Amino acid sequence: MSEREPLFSPKNIKSLTQPINLNNPITVQVLGICSALAVTVKLEPAVVMSISVLAVLAFANVIISLLRNSIPSRIRIIVQLTIIAMLVILVDQILKAFAYDVSKQLSVFVGLIITNCIIMGRLEAFALGNKPWPAFLDGVGNAAGYGMILIIVAFFREFLGSGTIWGYPVIEKLGLYELGYENNGLMILPPMALVVVGIIIWVQRARNKELIEQN
Amino acid sequence: MNRSNTYIFIYATVMVTVVAAILSFAAITLKPYQDKNVEIEKKKNILASVKVECTADDAEEKYEKFIRESFVVNLNGEKVKSVDAFEVNMKDEMKKDASQRNYPVYVFVHSDGSKKYILPVRGKGLWGPIWGFVSMESDFNTIYGAIFSHKGETPGLGAEIDTPEFQAQFDGKQIFNANHEFTSVSVVKGGADPDNINAVDAISGGTITSNGLDAMLKDCLKNYLNYFKKHK
Repeated sequence: MSEREPLFSPKNIKSLTQPINLNNPITVQVLGICSALAVTVKLEPAVVMSISVLAVLAFANVIISLLRNSIPSRIRIIVQLTIIAMLVILVDQILKAFAYDVSKQLSVFVGLIITNCIIMGRLEAFALGNKPWPAFLDGVGNAAGYGMILIIVAFFREFLGSGTIWGYPVIEKLGLYELGYENNGLMILPPMALVVVGIIIWVQRARNKELIEQN
Repeated sequence: MNRSNTYIFIYATVMVTVVAAILSFAAITLKPYQDKNVEIEKKKNILASVKVECTADDAEEKYEKFIRESFVVNLNGEKVKSVDAFEVNMKDEMKKDASQRNYPVYVFVHSDGSKKYILPVRGKGLWGPIWGFVSMESDFNTIYGAIFSHKGETPGLGAEIDTPEFQAQFDGKQIFNANHEFTSVSVVKGGADPDNINAVDAISGGTITSNGLDAMLKDCLKNYLNYFKKHK
């Protein structure tokens, strides 16, 4: 390229914002569903998980993008996995040393980031063919899109399932229990996460006609 | 891009070596911090079981101040000398035969002068180990407080065992029934009768963790029965 592209060119902005709505990893690409079910019972783990995924995805995208011209295509998946696993272990170790409480809360989920399909999907689809800066933006955008859905789902599951928001007993303070209101125990079980994600997909497609498949 | 096999082999070898070096370096440099955290966490847990609030910063100081005595007993309830209770790793002890194990006891002196006896417990949850500390009144029957922790139970479900709401249920429960038989404290699915002094409510959606906790209390506390008998 003869001319330097500005840092926030329209193309770069697009790779940052597209995944938040029109190309959302969960609701449109339907990736990372597994962890969306597991960590959305409460709001707090969902938020910490989103931040961890953001860190791992952004760095993995940059590293793979820096190495993209040297990675042999026949073992590229292995290379990607190694990089992801390394970053995840680093995040886990650092949390254990300096943020022990957070690490205790996340427990197994930090390890689960390795199996998050979004990360490998983005490395394979974007980082391998783009420069580090757009790859970084793409990573941040996708992680934000993922985190946004996680937080929305977690909000409804915690509110309807446990009657709290971020651990604060909203329903109890409003006095709804005395009126005969009861928490919906079904909301804290994994299947309801799928139903909530389904509703979000429905709403999103109803508002964005271009997402509806023609067949 | 098609590369020769040699290139691929060298690339893979170099990459794996670099990654291994980075990870070993991180593990070795961070190890002292992590061990310290684990130790502080243990002291915090011991203190929390007797309802002493502390932060990571003052846990050690408070531990020195409030835990007057700690010792190890064997299955017959006799004190074992030459073993430091704090150094006893419950994970290793559980692998031994019950008669060979060291059973730590921490003695806490309350500000009103009464003594509470803190006993470690350890068992199996759904995904991994669960453990905790149970503090007993000096009648060795009534539970003064309990704290539980876990390695990787499902958040919002089994992981609820480490919440104050769940743990508060144990306060004042008794491990012997009206006929003076050892029953431990049962964790009852579907809710325990509030008048039942030997039972607490299980966690909805966390049945296997609840059952594990129930078994953990029974299995660990029964090993102290001889000690209880001698000091009642």
